[in-house]
Amino acid sequence: MALQDVCDFLQTLDESSPCTSLPNEMGCMWRTPLEFDRDSPFHFLFPPQQNSRKHKTPTVLSSTLSCLSPHQQPFQLSHGTTTLGFIFQDGVIAAADTRASCKGLICCPISQKIMPIHSHLVVNTSGSGADCMLWERILTREMRLYQLRHRRRLSVNGAAKLLSMMLHPFKGTNVCVAATLCGWDGEETQETLRSTDVTTVSAISDESALGSEKAASVNELLKDAHALSLSDQNTKNVLSTSGGRSGPRVCYVCSDGLQLKGEIISVGSGSPYAYAVLDDGWRWGMTVDEAVGLAREAVFRATHWDAYSGNNVDLFHITAHGCRRRDREDLKEEYYREREREKEKIKEREKERQKREGDELVEGEGDIYSGHCG
Amino acid sequence: MEYLIGIQGPDFVLVAADNVAASSIIQMKHDYDKMFKLSEKILLLCVGEAGDTVQFAEYIQKNVQLYKMRNGYELSPAAAANFTRKNLADYLRSRTPYHVNLLLAGFDEADGPGLYYMDHLSALAKAPFAAHGYGAFLTLSILDRYYRPDLTREEAVDLLKKCLEELNKRFILNLPSFTVRLIDKDGIHDMEKLPVGAK
Repeated sequence: MALQDVCDFLQTLDESSPCTSLPNEMGCMWRTPLEFDRDSPFHFLFPPQQNSRKHKTPTVLSSTLSCLSPHQQPFQLSHGTTTLGFIFQDGVIAAADTRASCKGLICCPISQKIMPIHSHLVVNTSGSGADCMLWERILTREMRLYQLRHRRRLSVNGAAKLLSMMLHPFKGTNVCVAATLCGWDGEETQETLRSTDVTTVSAISDESALGSEKAASVNELLKDAHALSLSDQNTKNVLSTSGGRSGPRVCYVCSDGLQLKGEIISVGSGSPYAYAVLDDGWRWGMTVDEAVGLAREAVFRATHWDAYSGNNVDLFHITAHGCRRRDREDLKEEYYREREREKEKIKEREKERQKREGDELVEGEGDIYSGHCG
Repeated sequence: MEYLIGIQGPDFVLVAADNVAASSIIQMKHDYDKMFKLSEKILLLCVGEAGDTVQFAEYIQKNVQLYKMRNGYELSPAAAANFTRKNLADYLRSRTPYHVNLLLAGFDEADGPGLYYMDHLSALAKAPFAAHGYGAFLTLSILDRYYRPDLTREEAVDLLKKCLEELNKRFILNLPSFTVRLIDKDGIHDMEKLPVGAK
């Protein structure tokens, strides 16, 4: 039928992946949440067994080979999102867009991809939404247990190692989690106590009028700067006593086992665009305003070019005293503001050009007169 | 994508690895170290599938150190190489094989320097020079031509530089810097990162 052909209805059914994952602990084959991403948009209409009957059961050999062989496509930029995290002299910035997509559909334009784990650690997640939510909770639980048992917070690198080890048994299955852990490695119990008092994770504020939103965010930044300048002394103490073991950290953990520590990490389909902006503007000695501006710009550019990123931008700033959340900002407004700015710039350039031409004409007339008289 | 190279001299082994950690088309890190220190005089260089490399290499590393703790003396490079190969082979036909390519370089008091080549199908070969990765296609013939068993250290480093020049010239991917280490009877020595001036 015509509509069937237009949306490739039957073709997408055939393309949906077989249930190659081995039976899980429940003893039955059930579709993992990841197939949400790769299957046809109509997957929810069909019960799971139908697909597994359609395709022959994989042999042991093919499942081994599928473990050995990499992706078939030339390169696969999966994880439809843009998240980024970077460190600088005044802490860690974590930023992400808020679009959750499923193939060609935006499932949720206001999802939250940055989750606080504890007072000094947030995790940016990308990959399969359900897997990320589950693993965030598991990681939070394990971190809290560690803190209770050992009376100190686990470091960011330790948390990354823990997450990596927990994900390792699921390698080869369809678990798809790419998490960036952004946090501040703190000092001992005294610091912990002080920082839990000062934690200021503010609540989500809805889309208010642009003016008040801007004012609120400016106030937030001023508060930040003030608080940080007051607490400079404390930070210096922290850094000097620990001998370099405390400080901002950013660490990337992927479900296929990759674990990287670095200064700038960006993940997702929009990450190449974000990297371009970040590599250009990042310096260790940035101020908080510059860092926040850079992160916003990076996410904005990525959402502009990437179809799977967009809507709003979330921003967290983590220092020795905890994490601060900036109000969620709608990038549509930013886009229109930028267009206005471009128009202004073009007008100015026009004016300058006309002025220059006017000057040249005046000079030219001067010459003619002099030639006439002389 | 990734590149490892090892050159054995009369009383040393020179090894180098690239410093790029990539995820699909993005270079996520430019200063990633692919060498794992198994003991005072043994290095394991490991490339391959993303999580498998670190997981397998750390497993071997901790087991070699456990041997030392239990028995009071360290494994020789030959023993460590065979132990590694055995583990690779055991996992090969399981549900979770390790897809890694390895070079193991070490110095033994009795046997002298040794360079061992291992691949993901758990083949093991002791070789005077070896390389892994796409870059190996370009550099093995250079090593064939200029290698001699009685190379001095400077000559070995020059040979290494020749190989890396060829990579820069003909390899489609950009590998901006390489970590270089040398193992001799005094242990493992870090050498200057190549190319000179690379961050």
